[in-house]
Amino acid sequence: MGDMGNDRCVLGIETSCDETGVAIYHGQRGLLAHALHSQVALHAVYGGVVPEIASRDHVRRVLPLVREVMTQADITPSDLCGVAYTAGPGLIGALLVGAAVGRSLAFGWDVPAVAVHHMEGHLLAPFLEPNPPSFPLLALLVSGGHTLLIDVEGVGRYRILGESLDDAVGEAFDKTAKLLGLGYPGGPALAALAESGNRSRFVFPRPMTDRPGLDFSFSGLKTCAVTTLRREGNDPQTRADIAYAFQEAVVDTLAIKCQRALRQTGRRRLVVAGGVGANHALRARLTDLVAQEGGSVHYPRLAFCTDNGAMIALTGWLRLRAGVREPLCIRALARWPLDTLSTVSEP
Amino acid sequence: MKLLALETSTDACSCALWIDGTLQERFEIAPRQHGTLVLSMIEALLAEAGLRLHQLDGLAFGCGPGTFTGLRMAAGVAQGLAFSAGLPVVPVSSLAALAQGASLLSNGSATERIWVIQDARMGEVYHSAFLRAPNALVNESTVPRLCRPEQITPPPGDGRWIIVGSAWSVHHLALAQALVGCDTEVLPDLRYPHAADVARLGVDALQSGRTVSADQALPIYLRDEVANRPATNQTPF
Ligand SMILES: Nc1ncnc2c1ncn2[C@@H]1O[C@H](COP(=O)(O)OP(=O)(O)OP(=O)(O)O)[C@@H](O)[C@H]1O
Ligand SMILES: [Mg+2]
Repeated sequence: MGDMGNDRCVLGIETSCDETGVAIYHGQRGLLAHALHSQVALHAVYGGVVPEIASRDHVRRVLPLVREVMTQADITPSDLCGVAYTAGPGLIGALLVGAAVGRSLAFGWDVPAVAVHHMEGHLLAPFLEPNPPSFPLLALLVSGGHTLLIDVEGVGRYRILGESLDDAVGEAFDKTAKLLGLGYPGGPALAALAESGNRSRFVFPRPMTDRPGLDFSFSGLKTCAVTTLRREGNDPQTRADIAYAFQEAVVDTLAIKCQRALRQTGRRRLVVAGGVGANHALRARLTDLVAQEGGSVHYPRLAFCTDNGAMIALTGWLRLRAGVREPLCIRALARWPLDTLSTVSEP
Repeated sequence: MKLLALETSTDACSCALWIDGTLQERFEIAPRQHGTLVLSMIEALLAEAGLRLHQLDGLAFGCGPGTFTGLRMAAGVAQGLAFSAGLPVVPVSSLAALAQGASLLSNGSATERIWVIQDARMGEVYHSAFLRAPNALVNESTVPRLCRPEQITPPPGDGRWIIVGSAWSVHHLALAQALVGCDTEVLPDLRYPHAADVARLGVDALQSGRTVSADQALPIYLRDEVANRPATNQTPF
């Protein structure tokens, strides 16, 4: 029991926020199964995630999803060589549900467990796709809670080059969407509304691009949306025009910083992950950028941009294979800096 | 019959192993340390008994009410262990476990009447009443409730109630006032349910087939209002 042969698989569990994700990753055959339960509808009436409601739902969803993926993948417990679960960063109560179930499953099956960093999971999600990039690379993580530019030399070797000094990109999308009367979470709805926006009516600033450095600031764009809406009136076309101007400003800002970071580090491969990585305008712009810079850009499939169990199973497999082990302890961290992770040798 | 029990609904963390009528227990008062302790306690109990998890007949856990995180810890561990070892699960009320612990203190010949009142934080208490016939396990005689201490009313029936639980020391005045004229004896130091009592009650339930599957190992919170709904979806205009 417990040997990390390539012919066995890892169960991955994600419960850091408002999605319960479970998946099975096989050392040779890749992803065998994944299942997700989104709590979006549960939280929508509150206009944001309510931590206690999230935790209560996770504890009802995790095990049925574990059953489901094991059936889907057609595996038995003896095919498993480990259990991985997100142990941070995120909502502590929600994380502890995944940790309690995951650590106990590993104990009961007598296989090792590994605690996975949620953002490392996002970062490695493109490796679930055909033609994954090789290291070193530059990673842009754009999600509901994070905006990070990271120089990546290998698994666990992360140097943070830039981050948001205030709102994360996804958060800025969601807050602006709320102002525009779109539901929660409003990122995708705002992107859809921007499609019908006039391209030249408003131009929003590109925050922090006029000075050197790779940090971001997005809270000002939300304020800009408020004042524009007040000044110009709240008709449907104005809302669409604001959505366009907002998205354009975000995409442009991210592209400018990515270009800067690529040139500064000399990296040729760009990985983009996290919920906002599903945004089509952003993908189009970054694809153009790397073409111009002579590199390549790598995204996860749309379903693996937002939270999912697949990225946790994959990350868990990589770390377990490198000998990383969680002791017989159920623990999680609401905050957990990405650049404190242990290094894992090259695959 | 072999049964493993765990109880993490209060600041105490405990695990117990029942093997054909004998009980071994690990018990520690350790706020916020449950996650560090619970699986090691279980590992130690199993190792001492020379048993593997799958050799057990069932698993019981204190399902609440109690601290939300503690309840989910117990439920999550129960789910993981029961699913991986293919064991049936017995959810046991944490109030019943506390009552069961209290009833072992005396061994009178009359039916004991135990009223558990636990502090529920946020100015409220959880409470329920239990009867125990001589040489029997406690039996819940009311529906467990959540209320403000000043609004508490005694359970139906005449005679003296033995009051146990953490609420007495926290809400002493409000409870004393609400219970004027009620015949009570207060044992305020009995406030931590024990896994050994979860096991005693769990064995009984297991023998009579009152079990659930691993995915039904869920907490009973009693408090269901955990967020205020915004009146409307507000926009700045
Ligand atoms: N097409 C899109 N355009 C813009 N934003 C989007 C799009 N799709 C999703 N998002 C945004 O992505 C965010 C959700 O992403 P994700 O699930 O990765 O974040 P999270 O898990 O909440 O945060 P973190 O990973 O930082 O803890 C939300 O803010 C959502 O609005
Ligand atoms: Mg995420």
